[in-house]
Amino acid sequence: MAKVFTKTKMLTDVPMHYCPGCTHGIVHRLVAESIEELGLQEKAIGIAPVGCAVFAYDYFNCDMQEAAHGRAPAVATGIKRCLPDRLVFVYQGDGDLASIGMAETVHAAARGERITIIFINNSIYGMTGGQMAPTTLIGQKATTCQNGRDPVVNGYPVRVCELLATLDAPYYIERVSTQDVKHVLAAKKAIKKALRFQAEGRGYSFVEVLVSCPTNWHMKPVDALRFMAEETSRTFPLGVYRDKSEEKGE
Amino acid sequence: MSKILLHGTEAICEGAIRNGCRAFFGYPITPQNEVPEYMSVNMPKVGGAFVQAESEVAAINMVYGAGGAGVRAMTSSSSPGVSLKQEGISYIACARIPCVIVNIMRAGPGLGGILPAQGDYFQATKGGGHGDYHLLVLAPCSVQEACDLTYLAFDLSDKYRVPAMILADGMIGQLMEPVELPPMRPLSAIPKKDWATDGGYGAERRVLNSLIIKPEELEPHVNELQRTYELIAAQEKRCEEYMTEDAEIVLTAYGTVARICKSAAKQLRKEGIKAGVIRPITLYPFPSEAYAKAAEHAKAFLSVELSLGQMVEDVRLAVNGRRPVAFYGRTGGNVPEEGEIVQAAKSALAKARLPE
Amino acid sequence: MIRILLAGQGGQGVLSVGKMLAEGGLREGKEVSYLPAYGPEMRGGTANCSVVISEEEIASPLCNEPDVLVAMNGPSFHKFTPRVRPGGIVLVNGSLSDCYAGREDVAVYDIPANDLALEAGDMRSANNVILGALCALTHVVTDKSVLNCFNEKFVGRPALIEINRRAFALGKRAIDGQDG
Repeated sequence: MAKVFTKTKMLTDVPMHYCPGCTHGIVHRLVAESIEELGLQEKAIGIAPVGCAVFAYDYFNCDMQEAAHGRAPAVATGIKRCLPDRLVFVYQGDGDLASIGMAETVHAAARGERITIIFINNSIYGMTGGQMAPTTLIGQKATTCQNGRDPVVNGYPVRVCELLATLDAPYYIERVSTQDVKHVLAAKKAIKKALRFQAEGRGYSFVEVLVSCPTNWHMKPVDALRFMAEETSRTFPLGVYRDKSEEKGE
Repeated sequence: MSKILLHGTEAICEGAIRNGCRAFFGYPITPQNEVPEYMSVNMPKVGGAFVQAESEVAAINMVYGAGGAGVRAMTSSSSPGVSLKQEGISYIACARIPCVIVNIMRAGPGLGGILPAQGDYFQATKGGGHGDYHLLVLAPCSVQEACDLTYLAFDLSDKYRVPAMILADGMIGQLMEPVELPPMRPLSAIPKKDWATDGGYGAERRVLNSLIIKPEELEPHVNELQRTYELIAAQEKRCEEYMTEDAEIVLTAYGTVARICKSAAKQLRKEGIKAGVIRPITLYPFPSEAYAKAAEHAKAFLSVELSLGQMVEDVRLAVNGRRPVAFYGRTGGNVPEEGEIVQAAKSALAKARLPE
Repeated sequence: MIRILLAGQGGQGVLSVGKMLAEGGLREGKEVSYLPAYGPEMRGGTANCSVVISEEEIASPLCNEPDVLVAMNGPSFHKFTPRVRPGGIVLVNGSLSDCYAGREDVAVYDIPANDLALEAGDMRSANNVILGALCALTHVVTDKSVLNCFNEKFVGRPALIEINRRAFALGKRAIDGQDG
């Protein structure tokens, strides 16, 4: 029988722990496939965050460091500055990257560290059980804003791509989504581009991926995907926020 | 090789660079700014990495990354900054990443003052961050030692995969003394690290991690750390014993305070009182045996510190009730004068002579 | 062993003289330590440092009770003179201070360092005038060591070397004929 699908060797055989309907696993695969397709697996060093993706070190089939909550960009800086020819990628969720780790996020970007950050935005704290995230939408319910996020009490969601795009150093910033197949394919393109830019020594690359969390959004997986398409991407518009390869003179 | 005049901070940097340190991450805080300043100039000269981090928190996590990638890495700070690093140090200890952390102590608590102090002894020797772990803690008393102990710290840290700390007071940072620098050690002479995550794929891949969520795995891991600390205690205790053979009063202090104690001991001997000094060089592991030995003949001990009394607890444990252990301390950035120590020693001795 | 405390206003070259003494001592194979004051005392424009030069290993690098005080201005003179050990020496920059020590058990030498520095060719060499006086009095380091330090410090600037040599010589001469 003809083989129609082979799992990328950049993922281990460890079964992922993600909830049914969560699109984290898809993003893992996109990152892993991209690294393998670029032929960079022998050079890859990954950083796992604290959050739902904390066990990412079990899934990516390369050298991995598990960072303290929010500090992955600093850890990546330490590695990349010492081993500039390696491919250093960081995988972080919204609480890790945009709340506790905002300082590391902004400064690694401002320094233009030649690393790639994959930012998983599901607008909720998943692992700890559904608390409000820095990216929780206005009106969206969480266990620490049970009547929905109220801007008077909780402020507004943080748009990280837009924020980082105010900095001079970043080379590539894009926001993509996993809401359907078409968007997943576009996400893969962006992730691969980001990794390639790093490998080419061009600079800091950042891809924000909108991901669903049916468990903590209290939705069926299909409804969660629809919510992403209709609601999440309204607050977090998809698109390229920086691409220096497209700029004149590149 | 002839001696050159160096600042304590420069000597620390040279000790590091000459023993293969090729990554430095720091954040400004007085009184250690000369360390990142020196490193910003000299790291690039040896092909190393220097980053002025956005915070002490980021700096220690850069050390985690670089040390984890197998590179000899260092960070430096002063008391409040070292507090900020504690979470990272705990992760580093658990993930068994070698590195060197320099603390040029200033007076606390809180933002405190910027003058010399030794109030971080507990933090350095008893854990500091969360969880069951220890650092190797080395306390230089001179500029030469600032260089030599930093050099040694990298070897010990690599050997045991335990982070090492240089615990110095502000005086060491500012002091200028003649130093004989060790020769530059080639990187090829530094043992390879097969555990380092420097790019390994598939069967070759390695993971550095401090999340060990299963109790049946975490307990053996912590026990393994404990065995390492026991091994370190058996092999790495260091101290200087100064005129202790016949001492009736044993002064004890670490860092620059120990030097003032030596002056005080000389003065006491001039006055006919047999005084000696025990100067721990490793604060962890603590050189308890030297105290036990001195307790055979000494009538009393006096711990002199720039704190309200921290090391004195380890001295009491080491003396184990056999002799009285008195304490004399100054805080706030004040440094005791020789005369104060002489007086404190006399009074400790007088108390010890009182009938029970 | 000799313990020297040097004090003055920031910019008067107090720290540089301290370093030169340590450097000179080191050249002569002695044990030396140099400890600049830092912190609050550094702010507000005052500068001081402790230099110890010894034939043996130096225990404490502090100069709480110096053998010699070099005071480059009035405030430093009055602040630190009470600390000098009985029988010790005080060198005071008479151009910027009175010479009333308020005690009889120290020898006070009045060196008009700023005036002599002007005579040497540059006010900024006042610190080396005092250094000359200090060397003439204590022989703590040899003239040769000091002159070597000048040559090294001002390499490629012969005019400065000349001025500082003159300042040093004028300081030495100022001691001749003073009883303290």
